[in-house]
Amino acid sequence: MGRKLNFAEKPKKGPGKKAKKQPAPKFSKKLLPSHETAEDKKLSHRQKQRAAKREQRKQKHLNAHAKQKLKQQLKRQKKYQSDESSQEEEDNSENEVESMQSDEEIQEKTLKKGFKAAAAAVTQKKKAPVEESDSEEQDAEESDDSEMMRDDFGESEEEEEKSSIKRKRDILADSDEESDDQEDANDEEESEQETSDEDSDAEMKMPIEKASKKLKKRKEEDDKLAEEELQLNIADRETTDHTEMFDVDKVLNLQEIQQRITDVAAVLNDFTFNRDPSRSRAEYLEVLKKDLCTYYSYNEFFMEKLMDIFAISDLLQFLEASEVQRPLTLRTNTLKTRRRDLAQALINRGVNLDPIGKWSKVGLVVYSSQVPLGATPEYLAGHYIIQGGSSMLPVMALAPQENERILDMCAAPGGKSTHIAAIMKNTGVLFSNDVNKDRIHAIVGNFHRLGIVNSVVTCVNGVDYKKFIGGFDRVLLDAPCTGSGVISKDESVKTSKTQVDIQRCYNLQRKLILSAIDCLSAKSKTGGYLVYSTCSILPEENEWVIDYALKKRNVRLVPTGLEFGEEGFTSYQDKRYHPSMKLTKRYYPHKHNLDGFFVAKLQKFSDEIPKNVDVEEEENEDETEEVDDGKKKKKIDKRDWFQKDLQELNEKKKPVDDKRKQNYVTNVFEKPVKKEKSQTNGKKVDSTSKPTPSKKQKKMTNEVQKQTTSNGLKDNNSVESTPSKKQMNGNQKTMTPPKSSGKKKKKFRNE
Amino acid sequence: MKRLSDEQTKIFFEKLTKYIGSNVKLLLDRPDGTYCFREMKNRVYYMSERILKLAENLSEDHLIAVGTCFGKFTKSNKFLLHITALNYLAPYAQYKVWIKESAEQQFLYGNHVNKAGLGRITENTPQHQGVIVLSMSDIPLGFGVTAKSTQDCKLADPLVTVCFHQADIGEYLRSEDTLV
Repeated sequence: MGRKLNFAEKPKKGPGKKAKKQPAPKFSKKLLPSHETAEDKKLSHRQKQRAAKREQRKQKHLNAHAKQKLKQQLKRQKKYQSDESSQEEEDNSENEVESMQSDEEIQEKTLKKGFKAAAAAVTQKKKAPVEESDSEEQDAEESDDSEMMRDDFGESEEEEEKSSIKRKRDILADSDEESDDQEDANDEEESEQETSDEDSDAEMKMPIEKASKKLKKRKEEDDKLAEEELQLNIADRETTDHTEMFDVDKVLNLQEIQQRITDVAAVLNDFTFNRDPSRSRAEYLEVLKKDLCTYYSYNEFFMEKLMDIFAISDLLQFLEASEVQRPLTLRTNTLKTRRRDLAQALINRGVNLDPIGKWSKVGLVVYSSQVPLGATPEYLAGHYIIQGGSSMLPVMALAPQENERILDMCAAPGGKSTHIAAIMKNTGVLFSNDVNKDRIHAIVGNFHRLGIVNSVVTCVNGVDYKKFIGGFDRVLLDAPCTGSGVISKDESVKTSKTQVDIQRCYNLQRKLILSAIDCLSAKSKTGGYLVYSTCSILPEENEWVIDYALKKRNVRLVPTGLEFGEEGFTSYQDKRYHPSMKLTKRYYPHKHNLDGFFVAKLQKFSDEIPKNVDVEEEENEDETEEVDDGKKKKKIDKRDWFQKDLQELNEKKKPVDDKRKQNYVTNVFEKPVKKEKSQTNGKKVDSTSKPTPSKKQKKMTNEVQKQTTSNGLKDNNSVESTPSKKQMNGNQKTMTPPKSSGKKKKKFRNE
Repeated sequence: MKRLSDEQTKIFFEKLTKYIGSNVKLLLDRPDGTYCFREMKNRVYYMSERILKLAENLSEDHLIAVGTCFGKFTKSNKFLLHITALNYLAPYAQYKVWIKESAEQQFLYGNHVNKAGLGRITENTPQHQGVIVLSMSDIPLGFGVTAKSTQDCKLADPLVTVCFHQADIGEYLRSEDTLV
C-alpha cells in the first residue's frame, strides 16, 4: 500500500540552519546618532555657563598638578645630588609623568646590566668611579683598558670569553640600536675563532652548516637567558607572597583565597626550600586551615580532623572530590535478571550506562538518563536497586555462602542486606535488623520488591541482639557513623560535627561491634566472620573501634578479599594500633571515585570472652557515663530507687570480688585510651551543658556520682584524688605514675 | 506468630485460588522443605519452616516481617492480597493479561486496563476472573480482575475497561509505609 518511505537519513546539504552566520544588524537612519548635527547645535545659555565653569576647574587642577610636580622634582634633585652618574637619568625623568616613575624604576632594575654598561660608557670621560658596576667581569674589563669597551671589544683574545656576556647585556638592552651591529660583529669574531680552533673540521664544513651552528648557539644562549629571567621572576613573587600570606584578617574574595590556598600548599610541599624563615610550619598550617574552612565552608574542628588524616596535597584533592557528586550506580538483582539483560533494557529506555569496574559483576554506572531511574518498570519489578558503589564492598568482603545464617545488624534501607540475600540465592536465613522503626519500612519494601524470601526483619537495638538470638555464621555491621566519607551526599557534616558527636558515634560503634561479635559463632564450619564497615574516614570510628574489639574479644583481622583500596592505619597521631590493622581497607572519594569508606573483616576464633574484659568493661561504662551532665544524674538518682537498692546489694558483694579482681593486671595499651576519654569528657561537661540520655545512666549510682564530682576536682590539677576515687568504686586498679603523667600531658595538649 | 484459624484458612485459600487455581497445592508441598503460612498482626506471611523456627526466638514486638507477606485480613474479616504476594502468584498464575508498553505506565499509576492498552490475553478467560498483569516483555506488573471475558474483549470499544486494577508494583513507591 503506497510507496515505501525511505527512513535512511539524508546526507546533509551545506551548513545547517544554526551554522548560518547572522548578518550585521541594520539600523534605520533615525536611530543612528548624527555626529555633525550634535556638534553644530547651539548651546543654551546655561550650558555655556557650565562649560566655562568646567574649563576653569580643569585649569585649576592642572596648575595644582604642575606645582606638585615641581616640588617633587626639587626633592628628587636633592636626593640625587650625591650621585653623579644618575644626573642624566634625572634629566630624562623630568619630562616623564609621575605615574610612570615606579615603572621606570622597575625597568631600571631589570635592565641593570645593560644600563650600567651604557652609563659606564657615558661617564668614561668624566672618569667616574667604577664601584657602582656590580658585575665583576666589568671591573676586570675596565681595569684592563677602558678604551677597549668602546671598540666593540677588539681582537684581543681575552675578550672572546666576555663576548658572550656582552651579548647578554645587549639583548637585555633592547632599545640599543648598536646592539645588533655589535652582536653581528661578535658572532663573526666568534665563528672565526672557532674555525681557527678546529681547522680540520672547518675544511669539511659548508657555509650553511656554519650558519646553522651559529643559529644554534644563539638559540641556546637565548634559552639560558630566558630561564634565568624566569627564575628571577619566581623568586620575586615568592618573597612578595610571604608577606601577604599572613594577614588573615584581610577580607578576600573566594578567588584570592583559593590562590592563597594553592600558594601555601606549594610552600608546605617543600617546606625547607620555600619557607619564609621567620615563619613556622604551624603558622602556615593555621593560615591554610582558615582558608580551607572559608573556601569549602567547613567548621574548624572538622577541618583539623581532616588535616590530621591527610597530607596537604591529598587533603586538597579530597575536599575538591567531596564537592562533587559520585556517579549514580545500580546493582543488578541477580535473583531476577542478569546484568547484561538489565543493561539492554535500560539502554532501550534511554539510559547511558557502563559496568562499574572489574571488581564487581553486578554493578552499573549511570552517566545520564532520560527517565527517572527510581521509577522505571524494571526498578519496580525489582531488577535492580540504586546503591552506591562503596556499599557493595562490605558485602563482597563478607562473602556470604549458601545455607548460612547471616545477620545484618544495621540494615536500613536494605541495600546491603538484599545484596547478601542475592549472593545466598535466597537460601539459608538472613536476619536484617535496624533500630529505627521508620526506616524499617524501606527494608521490607525493598525485600519484597527484590523477591527476597529468606529474610527475617527485626527491630531491635543492636546492642542487645545477643539476648534474642546468636550463633550466626556471618555478621555484617555497617555501623552508624558521622558520615565523614559521604560529604558529597550530605553537606551538613561539614559544619555540624563536633568532638561530642564523634565520641557518641564511636561509643555506640564499640558497643555494637562487641554485640556483633557475641552474636557470631566461632564453631561455624564456614564462617565465624564479622565485617565492620562505616562510611566515615575518621580513624576514631574505624581503626580505633577495631582495635578495641581486638582487645575485648577473641577475634583476629583477616584479609578482606577486596583487590583495591588503601591499607588501614596502624598508627594515628599518638595512638598505635594492632599491626594487622593494615589488612583493613580504606576508600577515598579522590582516589577511588567511591564514597569514603572503611571495611574490616574479623574472624572469631573462640566463643570465650577474655576474662579481664569484665573489669575493664565496667570501667568503660563508668567513663561513658561521665560524658553526661551532673544535673541529669541527680534527677535520675532521685527517682531510681530500684537502682539504688541494686547498688547496695552490689556493694555488699564487692569486698569478695575485690580479691579476685586484684589478680588481673590491666592492659597497658588500655590506659591512654581511657585517659583520653575521661579527659575529653571532663572538657565536655564544661563546654556543653547538653545531657546525653543513655541507658547506662540508669545504672548510675551514688558512687559514680561521687566519682564524677571528684573528677571535676581532678581537673583542677589534683591528681592525688584519683586513687581514692577508684577505691571507692571498688575497682582495684593499681594506679601507676605514668598514668597520671599521661593525663597531664593530655591536658596540656587540650589547652 | 500464629497459625491461621480454620475460618481464616478457608477465606485465605479461597482468595488464592481465584488467581492461581489448583496451584495452591504447590505452595504447600515443595521439594525444598516444608513451607507454611503464619499470621502476625493480621498479616499473613509465607515462609520456610527453618526460618520460622529461628524467627520464633523473637517476640512479635520485635519482629517486623518474616519471609513473604501475602496480604492482610481486613476488619470485616476478608482477605486483601498485597502486591508483595506477586512473587508467588505470577509463576503459578492460570490466566494472564499482557499490556502494551504505552499502557504500562498508566497501569503502574493505579489505573484500570482498557481495550486500547490490552496486548494479549489468555484464551478462554471468563469474566471476573483474577488475572496477573504482565508487560509485553513478561515482567509481572500486578494483578487484577477481568471486566470482560476474552470473547467480549475482541468486540469491545478501545476505551472500555478490560481488566480492573487491584494491585501493581507501583505501590512499592506509592505506599511503602502501608505495605507491611
